[in-house]
Amino acid sequence: MATVSKKIKDSAGDRIFLIGIYVVLCVILIAVCYPLIYVLSSSISSPAAVTSGRVWLWPVDISFKGFKALLNTPQVMTGYGNSIFYTAFGTIISVALTIMISYPLSRKSFFGRNVLMIMITFTLIFSGGLIPTYMVVKELGLIDSRLALLIPNAIWVWQVIIARSFFQSSIPDELFEASEIDGCSDIRFLRSIVIPLSMPIIAVLVLMYAVGQWNAYFDALIYLKSADLFPLQLILRSIIIQNNSAGGMMDAMKMVERQQLAELLKYSLIVIATLPVLIIYPFVQRYFVQGMMVGSVKG
Amino acid sequence: MLNTVLAFKDYNVIKGIWGSPWVGMKYFDLFFDNPMFWPLVKNTIYVSGYLLLAGFPIPILLALMLNEVRNGRFKKLVQLVSFAPYFISTVVMVSIIMLFLAPRLGFVNVALNYFGFDSINFLGEPGMFRSIYVWSDIWQNAGYTAVIYLAALAGIDPTLYEAAKVDGASRFQKIIHVDLPGILPTIMIVLILNVGSVMAIGFEKIYLLQNPLNLVNSQIIATYVYDIGLKNANYSFATAVGLFNSVINLVLLVSVNSLAKRFSNSSIW
Repeated sequence: MATVSKKIKDSAGDRIFLIGIYVVLCVILIAVCYPLIYVLSSSISSPAAVTSGRVWLWPVDISFKGFKALLNTPQVMTGYGNSIFYTAFGTIISVALTIMISYPLSRKSFFGRNVLMIMITFTLIFSGGLIPTYMVVKELGLIDSRLALLIPNAIWVWQVIIARSFFQSSIPDELFEASEIDGCSDIRFLRSIVIPLSMPIIAVLVLMYAVGQWNAYFDALIYLKSADLFPLQLILRSIIIQNNSAGGMMDAMKMVERQQLAELLKYSLIVIATLPVLIIYPFVQRYFVQGMMVGSVKG
Repeated sequence: MLNTVLAFKDYNVIKGIWGSPWVGMKYFDLFFDNPMFWPLVKNTIYVSGYLLLAGFPIPILLALMLNEVRNGRFKKLVQLVSFAPYFISTVVMVSIIMLFLAPRLGFVNVALNYFGFDSINFLGEPGMFRSIYVWSDIWQNAGYTAVIYLAALAGIDPTLYEAAKVDGASRFQKIIHVDLPGILPTIMIVLILNVGSVMAIGFEKIYLLQNPLNLVNSQIIATYVYDIGLKNANYSFATAVGLFNSVINLVLLVSVNSLAKRFSNSSIW
C-alpha cells in the first residue's frame, strides 16, 4: 500500500486533516496519561506536598513514607496475600473449567452441542439476578468461605465463546480421527494434542481471568464476612471510599501528620493495588488484542 | 436461575425456597405501586442512555483516527496508553475519581481555586453525577472498545483504498465512503450489545460512587435491588425487581436486534 500512496501525493486539505488527527490524538494521549502520572507522583511525594496541593505533575520532595506505612498495616498485607491467593487459584480453576467446557462444545460429534451452547449463551443475555444467585451460593454453604470467590463466577461465558471458536478453527477433526485410529483416548488427545496446540488461547484465558480476579471486589463484598478473608480491593474500598483510615497504626503520630499521611496512603494504596497489572500489561497487551479479535470475528 | 421463582413466592427462611407459599404477582404489583418505581426506572435509563449516546461514537472516532496514522510508533503508543485504563479495577477507578474530585484537597478543586474559582463538591451535586459516571467510563473503556473497530478496519480490502485514491478521494472522503461502510456490521453488533445492556448498567461503579447527597440521581434499579435484598433481607421483593429489570433488558435486546436485522442485515443471531 505504501508504494501506491507515494504515487499520488496528499493534497493540502488532506495534510491539514491529518495534522488535525495528530493533534486530537495527542490531546487524548495527555488526557489518559495525566491522571495516571499524577497518582504515581503523589504516591512518592512527601505527605506535606500532597496535602498542600504542590504536586502538579512530577513528584515533589520524593519520599516513600506512604509505602513504608502500608508495609506496617496488617490489613493491607493480609489483603495483598488474599488477593494473590484468589488470583492464583481462581485462574487455575477458571482456565481448567473453561477448557473442559469449550473443547467438547467445539467438536461436531458432541451430542447435544447446539442445545448446550444456546443454554450457555442465554445466560449471557438473561440472568436470574442478584438475589437468586446469592441464594444458590448460600444453599451451597459457601457464604464466608474462600470458595465463594473461586467457584460461582469461575466461568465467563464470553471466554467460553472465544475458546470454543479458537478450538473450532485450529483443531481439525482429521487430527482427532488420526489419533483415534492410533488408539488415543479422548482425555489423552485433549492433554497431549489439543492443549499444546492451543497455547495462544490459553495465554489469553489466563490473562483475562487473572486480571478479572485481581480486580474483583463485588463477590467478596456480598459473600464474605470475616475481614481476614478480604481481598485487597475490598480493603481499598474501606480505606479510600468509605474513608475508614487504617486505624491503630498511626496512634503515636501527631494529628496533622496523621491526616497528611492518611491522604498520602490513599495514593500509595492505589499504586500498589494497580501496579502488578500495569507492570505486566505492556508485555501482554498483544495477547489481549488477539483474544478480543478472536472474539469479535465471531461476533 | 431457577431461584427466580422467589419473585412469585413469599420467602420464608424456615420453609426454604420451594416450601414457601406462592403469591403470584404480589411483589411485582408492590414494586409498580412503589413511589420509587418511576425515579428508579428514570435514573437507570438516563444514566445508561447518556453513556450510550456519548460513549458509543467515541471509540469509533478513535479507531478511525488511529487508522489514519501512518507513523507506526505513534500509533502503537496511543493504542498502548489508551488501552491501559481498562485494567484499572472499579474500586481503584472510583478511588481516583474521589481523590481528584474531593471537596478540599482534590486536584480539580485545588486547580479551580488556583485560577480563582470556588470549590465544588462534585460528588455531592446530584446534577453532576451522570456526567462523572459517564465520562470516567469513557476514559476507562474507549481505548479498549476501539480495538474491536481497529480489527474490523484491518479487514477492509486494500484495493478499495487504492480505487478511492485513484478516483481522487480525500482522506475524509475515504473515511466516509470506505471505512465507515466497511465497519458498519461491527458497529451494528456493538450497538445491539450496548442497547441490550441498557438496564444492566454497571452496578459496581455506581454503587461505589453513591452517597446520600447524590442518591436522587444515582439510585438505579440494580443498586436498589442490593439495598432492599441483601441489606434489608427482603429477598422476594428484590428478586421481583431484579427480574423486572432483566425482562425489560431482554425485550430491548430482542427488539433492537430485529430492527437491526431488518435495516442493515446484521444481527447477533
